[in-house]
Amino acid sequence: MTDRPFLDIEHLTARLKGSGTPLLRSVDLAVPAGSVHGLVGESGAGKSMIGKAILGILPRSVEVATGAIRLDGTDLQSLPSAERRTRVGALTALIPQDPLTALNPSRRIGPQITDRLVDILRWDRARATDRARQLLDEVQLPDPDRILRSYPHELSGGQRQRILIAAAFAAEPRLIIADEPTTALDVTVQKQILRLIREMQERHGTAMLFVTHDLGVVSKVCQSLSVLYAGKIVESARVEDFFRAPAHAYSRALLAASPRYTDPDGSLMPVPEEVMQAVRAEVAAFDEGRAANV
Amino acid sequence: MAEVTTDARGLVKRRLGLRLWLSGGWLLILTLAAVFAPLLSPHDPLSQDLLGGRIPPMFFHGADPAYPLGTDSLGRDVLARLLYGGRIALIVALVAGLATCVIGSTLGLIAGYFRGWPDMVISRLIDIWMAFPPVLFAILLIAVIGPGLTSIILAIVVIDWTRFARVVRAEAMAQGAMDYVASAQVAGRTRVGTMLAEILPNVLPTVIALLTLEMGIAVIVEAILSFVNLSISTDDPTWGGMISEGRTSVYQAWWVLVFPLVCLFLTVLSFSQLGEGLKDRFDPVLR
Amino acid sequence: MSNPPSDVLYEVEHLHLSLPDLTRKPLLGPAPRIHILNDLSFKIRRGEVMGIVGGSGSGKSTLGRALVRLLEPTGGHVRFDGTDITHLGEGELRPLRRRFQMIFQDPMSSLNPRRTVGAIIEAPLGLHGFDDLAKRAAEALDQVGLPRAFARRYPHELSGGQRQRVGIARAIAMRPDFILADEIVSGLDVSSQAQVLNLLEGLVKDLGLTLAFISHDLSVIRRLCQRILVLHRGVIVEEARSDQLFAAPQADYTKELLAAIPLPDLDQVWA
Repeated sequence: MTDRPFLDIEHLTARLKGSGTPLLRSVDLAVPAGSVHGLVGESGAGKSMIGKAILGILPRSVEVATGAIRLDGTDLQSLPSAERRTRVGALTALIPQDPLTALNPSRRIGPQITDRLVDILRWDRARATDRARQLLDEVQLPDPDRILRSYPHELSGGQRQRILIAAAFAAEPRLIIADEPTTALDVTVQKQILRLIREMQERHGTAMLFVTHDLGVVSKVCQSLSVLYAGKIVESARVEDFFRAPAHAYSRALLAASPRYTDPDGSLMPVPEEVMQAVRAEVAAFDEGRAANV
Repeated sequence: MAEVTTDARGLVKRRLGLRLWLSGGWLLILTLAAVFAPLLSPHDPLSQDLLGGRIPPMFFHGADPAYPLGTDSLGRDVLARLLYGGRIALIVALVAGLATCVIGSTLGLIAGYFRGWPDMVISRLIDIWMAFPPVLFAILLIAVIGPGLTSIILAIVVIDWTRFARVVRAEAMAQGAMDYVASAQVAGRTRVGTMLAEILPNVLPTVIALLTLEMGIAVIVEAILSFVNLSISTDDPTWGGMISEGRTSVYQAWWVLVFPLVCLFLTVLSFSQLGEGLKDRFDPVLR
Repeated sequence: MSNPPSDVLYEVEHLHLSLPDLTRKPLLGPAPRIHILNDLSFKIRRGEVMGIVGGSGSGKSTLGRALVRLLEPTGGHVRFDGTDITHLGEGELRPLRRRFQMIFQDPMSSLNPRRTVGAIIEAPLGLHGFDDLAKRAAEALDQVGLPRAFARRYPHELSGGQRQRVGIARAIAMRPDFILADEIVSGLDVSSQAQVLNLLEGLVKDLGLTLAFISHDLSVIRRLCQRILVLHRGVIVEEARSDQLFAAPQADYTKELLAAIPLPDLDQVWA
């Protein structure tokens, strides 16, 4: 058991090729082994970009300028691409956002779970299918054999998301990137899925980077979090510290803007303009600082 | 202060124009040449000079400046024949292309947007129609009606309207499911009005790309038909006919085959690229 | 002589809506029906903001579409300002359509991608014989807080929150009596959500609108809505004033919904 975080992103800077528009601004992020770390930000802040950088699937128009992405000590950026792919495939997995489009509609569920085990871990099909059945049981889907034979469109959104969770844990990854896994779900289904994700994460001891825009979800699932604005990490903290007293003005404003049904006035406070200007100024100052150093 | 953005899509640059310029350029030359053929053509394309057969094109040994692209076995001027052949090609491309497009797209639009009975009827019609082998269909049609420009155009329309109908139907169905269509209905637009004002503009880019493709196909079909002597019955020159004739004397007079072939190739290529170029330039969504 | 204006704008009685299940249609004979709405009855008063809440499959979207007659009920009655609109044909509905409008969930697909924002807002105005279209469209943009210059832009040049505001502008441009808002903040981040909800609240007051607000998220509904309808599997399981519902929910499903919401609060008992 080391003190070193399992995922350690250091000064990660990404930009558009050609125009050089910065997309990630010296991101520092650490996820301890076996722990759940939230990544919070509004749409367009770059949360998905970080996940894609880790998995090595950034769009072709984006390049990583500087920085390290360390998985269990090894910087992925320094590896040749074939080795990087293998390592990422063995150590990480993704729970995607949209259960509708994440599954191939023309293939049955079974192969979609077992493929990864057969291709990457080189198991034989029978052993992989057994494991798939076991996983479906773990995610509380009844009648696993029927599910393995089904096509995605025959199942509900909640069922599909459970299957995606099962598939993510299949190869016993050390890190799972959960990319807004409950955004597309009903609030009652969300609760079940979040509970399930937490249980499985605890049982398997997997580290998790949990991407979301919902602070309510973060408070229930994560041990620590980072707040992202325009590709820049504005604050990182342990969850207890954050929710009692967020350090940064932008974080405070986000917290205030999250609706609470317990509040009789309902809280409908968008992020105040002064706060927006202040955080934009921070980002601009960062950009100028980098330009001066180049 | 500049807006910070992380959305890479909006910033992808498109190389506008090059395709459009090149393809449009060739087609413009072709159109002008075809329209002004009588003025530009140095000789009558039909006049034969049996003593002046197989004169090579300019810059080759034995060329005659009066015949810049040479003559064929019967002494007919290749350039003149290319120009007049171009007329036929363009007429067929435009008329057959447009007719196929309008008929096929209209039926596809109705089927895809209204669904229900119209869709059932039109879809079955498409299925049955596509079961006929196209080449036989064309030959049958021409045998019945007799050869001629109208027959060719009719044959192309009759065979190819289903291409448009199927694609446009699928597009119309996809667009019809969008909320902006429901919004038009809530606003009080009639169904026909919605089809024309909301769906059609969103289907048009596909239609235009297909139309230019179809024009290219029409030119090829005409060339094939005239290659096998099923095209127009008069002695008027066509590129396909020239290729057919040129084949037999390819070793002695390669230019009779090559020039119409090159024209055919450039024309068909230009048509297909024109569609893409127009989309690049004029579709607001892609800008 | 018409009746004096009552304070009830919408009256729904025993509303049923079923659709044919074409995937199970036998070769001969009609397809079996899927019953989406079952015997719904409620009223919406003029000037009221009514929340319609439920999970997916509850029928809330279908109910909304039945109210604005995008769908035709298969049973029961829907009365708008005294007129029975349940089975009216499009021709008779058209003049009435000016008075009830809808804002859609997905700001990507609810605006015609190949029309400018100005054309999108003006289109319904033109259909109903208004003149000075450009002026009205500009005013609508003002009211939703968007610069007038946006009228020349295309939807893909705007952000999600801005597109949603265009949808609102389009709906209010005709000064309707009633607006149906179908999950209009579901795809937006927290700040845009708050902006849009505040905007709507202001417009309801300024324009005297009656609003039906469909959402699956009870959290956003509290301040905006005075009364709330909770739908579950096509049936109304609870109808109550907003504060009552949150303080003392009666139906099991309502309690389940409330208990499921994760508040950004470490002290909440949620697990």
